[in-house]
Amino acid sequence: MHSNNGASPLLKLLAWCGLALLHLPLLVIALYAFNTESAAFSFPLQGFTLQWFGMALSRPDVLAAIGLSLQVAALATLLAMILGTLAALAIWRHSFFGRDGISMLLVLPIALPGIITGLALLASFKQLGIEPGMLTLVVSHATFCVVVVFNNVIARFRRTSLTLIEASMDLGADGWQTFRYLVLPNIATALLAGGMLAFALSFDEIIVTTFTAGHEKTLPIWLLGQLTRPRDVPITNVVALLVMLATVLPILGAYYLTKDTDSVAGSGK
Amino acid sequence: MTAAALPSPGLMRRAASWCYLHPRATLLLWLALPLGWFGVLYLGSLATLLAQSFYTFDDFTMSVLPDWTLDNYRQLLNPGNVDIVLRTVTMAAAVTVADAGMAFPIALYMALYASPRIKALFYIGVMLPMWASYIVKAYAWSVILAKGGLLQWLLQAVGLQPVLDLLLTTPIGGNTLATSHLGRFLVFSYIWLPFMILPIQAALERISPSLLQAASDLGARPRQVLTTVLLPLAFPGVVAGSIFTFCLTLGDYIIPTLIGPSGLFIGTMVYTQQGAVGNMPLAAAFTLVPLLIIMLYLWFAKRLGAFNAL
Repeated sequence: MHSNNGASPLLKLLAWCGLALLHLPLLVIALYAFNTESAAFSFPLQGFTLQWFGMALSRPDVLAAIGLSLQVAALATLLAMILGTLAALAIWRHSFFGRDGISMLLVLPIALPGIITGLALLASFKQLGIEPGMLTLVVSHATFCVVVVFNNVIARFRRTSLTLIEASMDLGADGWQTFRYLVLPNIATALLAGGMLAFALSFDEIIVTTFTAGHEKTLPIWLLGQLTRPRDVPITNVVALLVMLATVLPILGAYYLTKDTDSVAGSGK
Repeated sequence: MTAAALPSPGLMRRAASWCYLHPRATLLLWLALPLGWFGVLYLGSLATLLAQSFYTFDDFTMSVLPDWTLDNYRQLLNPGNVDIVLRTVTMAAAVTVADAGMAFPIALYMALYASPRIKALFYIGVMLPMWASYIVKAYAWSVILAKGGLLQWLLQAVGLQPVLDLLLTTPIGGNTLATSHLGRFLVFSYIWLPFMILPIQAALERISPSLLQAASDLGARPRQVLTTVLLPLAFPGVVAGSIFTFCLTLGDYIIPTLIGPSGLFIGTMVYTQQGAVGNMPLAAAFTLVPLLIIMLYLWFAKRLGAFNAL
């Protein structure tokens, strides 16, 4: 809705200042990654350099953390895409007892505080005798990533007519053909958008991660370690910029993939 | 006979027909994996956590025994632990109020006054910081608040440094902004702000323009429109947003670790008990505190009609 009489100058100022404030920390990270100063955060910046990028990317601990985070995020995203699509298919095509309960159940891991999800998963992994590590990381990340895929896919399904499926089957397609040539093209962008969001969510997650990682060091855990014991400030600045880009670029991608539809990806984290 | 001319349907085709004719069985097929994952693994984990909160922790051997006890819950009532809960809840409430105040003008401008192009810009402009890495945003603030950092430079440039120094001598202050309650409050408010903007914007978006026209036709001044029309209609959105800001602050433990004075929060307490001490039962009992507060809060929010705006 667009009102005829414009906003008062004060409201306009407040709104634009608020929007600018939201971006200030992102800007700060982008600037400090190129800062020449190596031990403090003084402002204005001392100078401009690209040398820390090379140094950061030749550090074995940084590379190992990046590798682990990419692996965990990729596997968790894949699992989330499968589970989320299955759940969305079930809820779209059928009405059954407890249907609303299922969407509630899927959102629970992200709606509950991370300490609860993290500690609960850790407690049952320990009970089952599973050592925290790569496997527990992937399982816990997939658990809270499912809901973003599900939300995106179900939103697309709601705008897809069920009769299309019936027509496809009537014309002789089997279940796989119907999925491959009808359902999948229909939900492809929503699925991709959900996958990108899931990837960003997993890549950056820290609270559940600290509980289920064991001795593994994902990139956010590496970053947290740097922050609690400040050292190698320039390397930390560069890694911070990389992590920020790894989360910001997928949300931009997801936005452009779904922006022409009535439900835009990412509106509920 | 024509039947002989038709090829017999393939296996896939027959499977498809069978699925179509047996929707219940197909449903089970779709649901088996997600339900197994969430119904068994996730809910099972929550049940394990609940069970562990009744286990006994042996102080001497530092080990957990599966003997049922209410000791962990009794310990929650120790003055020290009550302090932790009160400190966390106070912060969560303060952050919620601040966020509602900051989010309202942005949401109002977005929903009622911005052109479609500007609205889209604001929308992505709010979502981007919301999704940008949480740990990096927290780090960015420790850079901004650092001694000699951006904020200090800014305050000196506009001559407000004495005001900050004065604020830091109050009980919410500390040696520097980065180690004060005030600093922690600023960072919390910043990090959860987008979660307040979007629900308020959604609530305001649903106000029909004719309502505002009617209000001004009937002689209401802009201020009266704001207090008698806009604010009451935005309220469910505020409550919906406050669920996020309140709950997220209650369960957080990274920001209390990185910014502010040393007093424990619920999140830091859970992490310390589980990690450094190894007292899983007490940690489990502690996680039920935010859960209980959140459930009370949700019940309260539902009565205020917050969920109509989600």
